[in-house]
Order: sequence, then structure tokens, then C-alpha cells
Amino acid sequence: MNPFDEEKRNPSEPDTDKEARIDRRTWLTGAVSLLGTTAAGLLTPALLPAEEGGSVRPTHVPGRGPSPYGVRAQGETVQRLPTATHSLTPHHALHGIITPSALHFERHHNGVPSINPDRHRLLIHGLVDQPRTFSMSDLVRFPSVTRTLFIECSGNSGHEWKGPTGKTVQETHGLMSTSEWTGVPLSTVLAEAGIKPDAAWVLAEGSDAAAMTRSLPLAEVLNDALLCYAQNGEALRPEQGYPLRLVIPGWEGNTCIKWIRRLKLGTASFMTREETSRYTDLMPDGTARQFTFVMEAKSVITSPSGGQRIEPGFVEIRGLAWSGRGKIVTAEVSTDGGRSWHTAQLQEPVLSQCHTRFRFGWRWNGDETIIQSRCTHETGYIQPTRAALVAARGVHSFYHYHAIHIWKIDRRGTVTNGQV
Amino acid sequence: MGRSRFATSIILALSLCLMFIGIPKAEEPHYGLGKLATEADIKAWDIDIAPNGVGLPHGRGTVQQGATLYAAKCAACHGQTGTEGPKDRLVGGQGSLDTEDPIKTIGSYWPYATTLYDYIFRAMPFTAPQSLTPEEVYSLVAWLLHQNGIIEKDAVMDARTLPTIRMPNRDGFISDLRSDGPGR
Repeated sequence: MNPFDEEKRNPSEPDTDKEARIDRRTWLTGAVSLLGTTAAGLLTPALLPAEEGGSVRPTHVPGRGPSPYGVRAQGETVQRLPTATHSLTPHHALHGIITPSALHFERHHNGVPSINPDRHRLLIHGLVDQPRTFSMSDLVRFPSVTRTLFIECSGNSGHEWKGPTGKTVQETHGLMSTSEWTGVPLSTVLAEAGIKPDAAWVLAEGSDAAAMTRSLPLAEVLNDALLCYAQNGEALRPEQGYPLRLVIPGWEGNTCIKWIRRLKLGTASFMTREETSRYTDLMPDGTARQFTFVMEAKSVITSPSGGQRIEPGFVEIRGLAWSGRGKIVTAEVSTDGGRSWHTAQLQEPVLSQCHTRFRFGWRWNGDETIIQSRCTHETGYIQPTRAALVAARGVHSFYHYHAIHIWKIDRRGTVTNGQV
Repeated sequence: MGRSRFATSIILALSLCLMFIGIPKAEEPHYGLGKLATEADIKAWDIDIAPNGVGLPHGRGTVQQGATLYAAKCAACHGQTGTEGPKDRLVGGQGSLDTEDPIKTIGSYWPYATTLYDYIFRAMPFTAPQSLTPEEVYSLVAWLLHQNGIIEKDAVMDARTLPTIRMPNRDGFISDLRSDGPGR
């Protein structure tokens, strides 16, 4: 069973064109970084043939005029990897911490609905003093908040429970992305309806064809949940919940209900299918953990990563670290199969419940080896090894896999997914 | 010192006043945005069914009616007996959860029968969600519970009977109270 969707992936889905998916441009970026420069992005265009890189003599011909809505450069072809139910972010080819909106991962349970924002309403009812409806223009008028936050599907890396499965970091860790989100605090909008004293849970429901629904403990979501209408400075993308989505910092992506249209306050969990049959974590003794909302501390090396190839000499190891419980305090890298660990450099700003970019300069001597990263967050919790995680939870949890991820490098410099 | 004592008494006096005039339940100010929802607004969208049965509509359904409907509207994705797929397996698997090959189905895993009503109406059939009548949903629930050996062949499902069904895995869930200790 697929850990992040009930619509099973076709087992015969070919793996053969995975190599082709590591597009040429990405490979070049990776290769250039290994030639000993830190300005890969600046040098790479020179390596591109004219038809991809633009005019042969750009100083001799007038360029294109201004345009109303920008598109990326011709020849830049990095893309999400879509399946029937989700698409994966290409972390091997991204820089910094912000995922471009067009590359933010998708997960929807019955397609992306088409919603007219002028007709969209948010209904708040149940244990409130006054049931109320809000239009989008009402919601935008409330005092607003902006936060840069990761969203990670709790099925991210889920195939890895059974051992190394994904070929690339896009496949193993592509169900997570980071955006700058803007909206109104959930607490502000609920206060407008007036919360009754016996309200303890809130049901959040989307207006998609799955009518996606989760029950959320009220006290916790009143702290920091946001009803967001903007992502990276502009209106949400349709696949991210346009015109309105819930964003709960650090919680599993499924709780961040997209296309949200209803909030109902009650005294107990509503026990929908998504918090009983799904998004519960089966343990070896046959019981299941329920309401495992927070995404644990986790990190991964995004470059070099599966499907890429490195050359001997300088290699900047780049990766992401994050925790749903707070800030990352250290990211460490091992280049010798875990015998020794080195502190990686964290790129500021290091934000709570957000991706943190780490980097570590390495000289590869051409020998076969294993590289991996692990992180520690502010409570002192250290990302576990796969063995420790499996010892605690078995291999049938499906969700919340956050073990240290290992990339093997062979003598030719080829990087592959592998456990030891 | 005197100034600080003065401030303290002011705060105390204010607190006492507030105690008597009553403090608004929510500390957030009101902005006067949005409008009062009507009964019709709420009724149009209020589709959730609680474990105690609140929200279940009038109507009833039988195992036999459910069998016909299942064959017509569900079997293509879930198999003739609910075990064949290609989509989620719905039947069987009881006693498998602590084995090497756990099979999570309605019968082996779902803790509440009311969730079946909620989910089938809300999201099924996949190509036409929220199209089934209450009678149709109750019938499908009856057939699925019978296939899983939970209710008898002649049982009738309605707003009174459905919440009384005790699912086999009702006690199988542990609310997650972890902090973030190592090895958890």
C-alpha cells in the first residue's frame, strides 16, 4: 500500500525513465559545482548550447521587452514528478529554502477543484456564540500574518520504511516544500464567531471532491494556525488550496486543509476517515498511534543525491533540515559511512518549523563511500538512525518516516539510495 | 517603591472590576467582519457524522439492498467481494494487524461504524461524490459491515442502529502523547 494515498500506485509504473528525469540542465549544475566553483549558477549558462542558452551574441541584438507575468528562462526544465494523486518537488535542483510555488508538491484526494473566489465562503458553526460566514474580502481585511514554513506530507519518505526504494531525492523526499504563507490567524476568525467554553476540537473541511476533513484539537491550533490566502507573495496556487487553506506550522500536511470552506467546533474529535483509517501509525503490537500531528526532526542531503554523479575534488554537500517542533540547532554530515560526523554550516535565517539549508565543503578522493546527514533541534532531539526508528516503530507505520537518509557513492561517482 | 505599590493597587482594582463586569471569553478584539450564518447556510454544508450518531439522517438500508448497489457502484474499484481491489481492500484482515503482513480494512482497522456513513456520503463513489441518497448510504454500510462479519444478514442500518455497532478494532488506537524523546 502506498503510504500517502489510497489510490495505489501502479506497481508496473516504469522506473526506466528515471535517468531521463534527471534532466540535463540539473546534471550540468551538479557537474559544474564539482569543478571547484561555488558560482555554479553563474557559469552554467555558458556551457549550454545557444538554442538553450539564448542568443549567440546577446550584446548585439535588442532583448525582449517587459512582460505582464514572468516565466522562467527557456531551457530551465526542472519540474515536479507527477503521479495520479500527487506530485513531488525536485529538491535535487533547488537552492535556498523557498520552493518556487510552481514546484511546491501536490497531494489531493480527488483532484484540484475550480473555485470562484468571489463566491467562496468560510462557514464557522457548532459550539460558537454566533455561526458566521466570511467572504474572501472579509478574510483579507482581518489583521494579517506572514510566516515562512515547511509543509510535509506525513507520507513523505514513506516507501523507505521497507528499505531503500526511491531512486532520487525527489522520490524519497519530494512530498515537502517551503513557502512564505500569508493569512489571518485562525484564532482571530474564530473569535469573531465567539468560541463557547465547552469547544475542544474543530473540524476543518475542504470544498474539493474529497471534502477533505480533519479534526484538530482547538487549544493547539489556536496557538499558531493560519487561514492563508497567499503563498510567496501572490494568491495561492489552485493546487495549494486557492483561494483559502489552513496552514498549521509543523503539522503533517494533511491537516493543512486546502480549499477550506467549513470549521465546526465540537467537544470531541469527529473521528473522520482521515484520522482513523488513514493518517494513523500502525505499531508492531497491532495498535495504532492516532493524532500524530507533529512532523519530527529530519534532514536529507539534496546534493549530491540519487541519480547524480560527482567528480573527484571539491564537492559542496547541500541539504535541508527541519522540525515541526521548532528550530534546527545543528546539522551534521558524515562522508565515511557514519564513523565521523562534521558540523555543517547553517544558512541564516534559521526559522522555526521551516526548512533550514545546510552546507558542508568536502573533497572526494574517488573512493567508494556513504554520505548522510543528521540534525538536532532545539529540544536536543537527534534525528534517529533507520535501525533506531524501526526498532521503535516496526516497518508498517506508513507515515512519519524521518530516519537518517543514506546515499552511496561508487568509484565512478554515481550516487544511489542505500541503507547499511 | 511607592510608585510600584500604586501601580499594583491600580492593577488589582482593575482586575476586581473586570471580575465583576465579566471578561469576554475570547481575548481577541472583534472586527465586525463576516455575517451571521443562516440555518440554510449551515444545513447545506453540515454533512459530518459524529461517532455518537449526531448528524445521521432519516432513512434506512439493508444488507440485500447494499449488495445490489455495491455491485453496481463500488465493485469496479474495490472488487466483487471487497477484497480484490484494485483500490482499497474493504473486507477481511481481522487479526492481521500485529503480523508481518497487516491488512487494514473496515473490518480489521476502522474504529467507528459511523465513519463509514460519513466517508461514503462525503467522498464516494469516486467519480460522483455526494450523489448517494441516505437509503443508499445506509445500504452500502450494511453490506460492508455484513461482509466483514460485524452484523447479521437481516440487520437494518439507520440513525438508531448504526451508532450502536461496536467495531472489532474500537480499542486499537492510542492517542499520541509523545514528546520527542529519542527512539520514539
